Amino acid sequence: MKTDTVNSATKYRLQIKILLFIIALSLSFCTLLLIVAQIPPFSVYRHILQGAFGSWNKLIQVLNVWAPLTICATGLVYTFRVNLWNIGIEGQVIMGAVFATALLRINFLVSFPLLSLFMAMLAAICGGCFWSCITGYLKIKGGVNEIFVGLGMNFLSQGFLLWLIFGPWKRAGMASMSGTEVLSTSFWLPTFFEFKLAPIGIFLALVVIAVSLCLLQFTYFGLALKAVGGNPAAALVLGLQPNRYFLSAMLLCGALAGLVGYLQVTATYHRLIPAISSNYGYLAILVAMLANYRILPIPIIALFFASLNVGSIQLPMALQIDSSFGGIIQGALVLSALGLYAWHSQTLQRTRRRK
Amino acid sequence: MQIELRNICKNFGSTSANSDISIIFKAAAIHGIVGENGAGKSTLVKIISGYTAKSGGDILIDQTPVDLENPSQALQLGIGMLFQDPMDFPQLSVFDNYILGLHRAFLLRRDFFRKQLTAWCKKLGFTFYPDDRLATLSIAERHQLELIRLLSLGVQVLILDEPTTGTSTVQKDILFFALQQLAESGKTIILVSHKLKDVESLCTHVSVLRKGRLVCNMQRPFSQKQLLEHMFEESPSTPRFSYSPSGSTILEFKQVWGSKGRNRLINCSMCACQGDIIGLAGIQNSGQELFLRIAAGLAKADSGQIRLYDRRLHHFSYPYLKRQGVAFVPSARLEEGLISGLTIAEHTALVQSPTRFIPSQPEIYSKTQGRLATFDIRGFPDTSVEMLSGGNQQRLLFSFIPLNSIVLLLENPTRGLDPASAAYIWNHLLNAYQTNACIIFSSWDLDELLTYSNRLLVFFDGHIIKDVPTSQIDMVQLSRAMAGIT
Repeated sequence: MKTDTVNSATKYRLQIKILLFIIALSLSFCTLLLIVAQIPPFSVYRHILQGAFGSWNKLIQVLNVWAPLTICATGLVYTFRVNLWNIGIEGQVIMGAVFATALLRINFLVSFPLLSLFMAMLAAICGGCFWSCITGYLKIKGGVNEIFVGLGMNFLSQGFLLWLIFGPWKRAGMASMSGTEVLSTSFWLPTFFEFKLAPIGIFLALVVIAVSLCLLQFTYFGLALKAVGGNPAAALVLGLQPNRYFLSAMLLCGALAGLVGYLQVTATYHRLIPAISSNYGYLAILVAMLANYRILPIPIIALFFASLNVGSIQLPMALQIDSSFGGIIQGALVLSALGLYAWHSQTLQRTRRRK
Repeated sequence: MQIELRNICKNFGSTSANSDISIIFKAAAIHGIVGENGAGKSTLVKIISGYTAKSGGDILIDQTPVDLENPSQALQLGIGMLFQDPMDFPQLSVFDNYILGLHRAFLLRRDFFRKQLTAWCKKLGFTFYPDDRLATLSIAERHQLELIRLLSLGVQVLILDEPTTGTSTVQKDILFFALQQLAESGKTIILVSHKLKDVESLCTHVSVLRKGRLVCNMQRPFSQKQLLEHMFEESPSTPRFSYSPSGSTILEFKQVWGSKGRNRLINCSMCACQGDIIGLAGIQNSGQELFLRIAAGLAKADSGQIRLYDRRLHHFSYPYLKRQGVAFVPSARLEEGLISGLTIAEHTALVQSPTRFIPSQPEIYSKTQGRLATFDIRGFPDTSVEMLSGGNQQRLLFSFIPLNSIVLLLENPTRGLDPASAAYIWNHLLNAYQTNACIIFSSWDLDELLTYSNRLLVFFDGHIIKDVPTSQIDMVQLSRAMAGIT
């Protein structure tokens, strides 16, 4: 056991080393890019920092992005664990939002706001599950690649959402890109005094992380997911039903995506808008990859991504560069991470072979 | 074109796959290479066709020494090899597949190639249509197409590795007719086969390999008996067990048909009783692999009945059958049996049925320690399984077989183990399971089959062609049966 702790200590040190490398690599790439574009790089970084942490309001905005991003990325760890690419998570977020809104539109529930808020959460979770279930089912029964189905389902849900906003659920008198009628304030998740922070979202994100960590680390279910992802054929021979675990992972991820949809409707926008998912699904895929598909780094990386998203909003006004520069930093991070992880596992194999 | 091999050697690490092989392949002749599994046939033809580099010796083409560095160089010299699994594109049409392998120019001369293809088909008696999708062709027809492609490339020496595995007799006759035509027109044909009937009816010359060495070169006429004597070593080992069908029937196959890839099972009936130790003999891909997988629920039978005690088994998956007492141990350990990246302790946690949602770590550790000690596995609970040696992986897999199993299905149970470990495994199996269960195992090692089984089923081309008590069969009869002679 003693050698074990030493091993894990060196492992962590190595992990931190790799992380520092990733940051250095991507920052130098972005700095180079800015220098070539003749924009002072440090003022860009300063503006992003100020934009994200300059005031309480900014910090709260960051946290409001952090919660859904963290939940989505955690959900994706389940599907990555069984080696599935749940790219359909975007559509699952949308369907969560749609299902939640549908429940909140039921008339007779208006007099029980707390009950209906709770019911809406369950509805959203069902919506996400339903959408991911279709992908998972086609995967295990028809052998259809989950990436293709997921992409198709994303388009389908986006179309459905637009149809709802411009059709049956349009605002009285006019349909508009700004979305459906705003929900009555009794259906807003409670916020912190005058700030726009919904503590329930933060709380849910923390719970999801804690539960997922335990589930994946300490339970039979978590181990089985890992086994099925590692080698489905061998898992079958060891007595596991791989299809069951493929589907469970999809359902869990769908449920968490649905929960994010719920938060988007009840905590952030208080209505359905065309961009209700805020692309958190796609962004979460990057977060999960950067976290090397593990839970613990996710909250930190999600915080970083959230601050980039929020911080780069003021770039166009301050420096006349597009706010998508935050996206460039994120992309550079993920690419350097993938490169470094691949390099690391290769050297690991080489040293093993030498032994 | 004549190819001469002089003292060809090939070593993989410390093991020698070919040593000191000298053969002359004459033009306008069909030359057979025979030998049992692992005799070095495939390695030898891979050296001739440039897929594997030789470790020593010389290759001479028409008296001039050549160095074959890669397959395309061999092809330029006129040596082409037809593989068991042709590398082609099932989505495209037959014709497109044909031109893809030939054409390098920018513009397609479709008419020219179509005429060429139909001319070849006519000459050799092949009957597929150029516009069919390749996926609709049988494996034999795909071989035929590949053959024509090689011929169009100007191949003078044609190497075929087990071309008749998994094909029908009609297809075989077509292929043999074509090969004879080609030989008459001056081509050199090299046929690797373990089917002595084929070799006897087709070949003009035969070379027999055994354990990487050339045993003899023969010319027509040769008899199957002679070939067999050269192929298999005589050994004086006598069966250890006498057969006494005692217990009740546990597993029964009634007229089961099945197919998976190139493996077929044809009208297979057998039953296994308590106390049976059934050895499955047969050359690779003769059907025993599929038999074990169908019995384990890992492959589906097309028709027929399978019974466990008096229950009919149909469409049951392996995890269900495992709970009923069926245990399967695959031959490919890291591909089918163990999960790389997971530790021994994690495997232990996986195989015990999930009684608790959260497994207790100390319990798992103590269980794993016990398992490592009992089965003499050189590793620690935290060792990843891919770091274990092959023998240790095998012992680990065997340690997962529940003690109350009633049917043990083992594929090459002692593959790659040294004799001491193999004896250890068998000792354990016999002590732990023989009284209550039936053990069904396949093996390439005839000694192992004759030593440990009390009944033998011999598979040939998907059929069970022999089902006898081990005491009534000897090495010669067994090897004859494996080569398809009953």
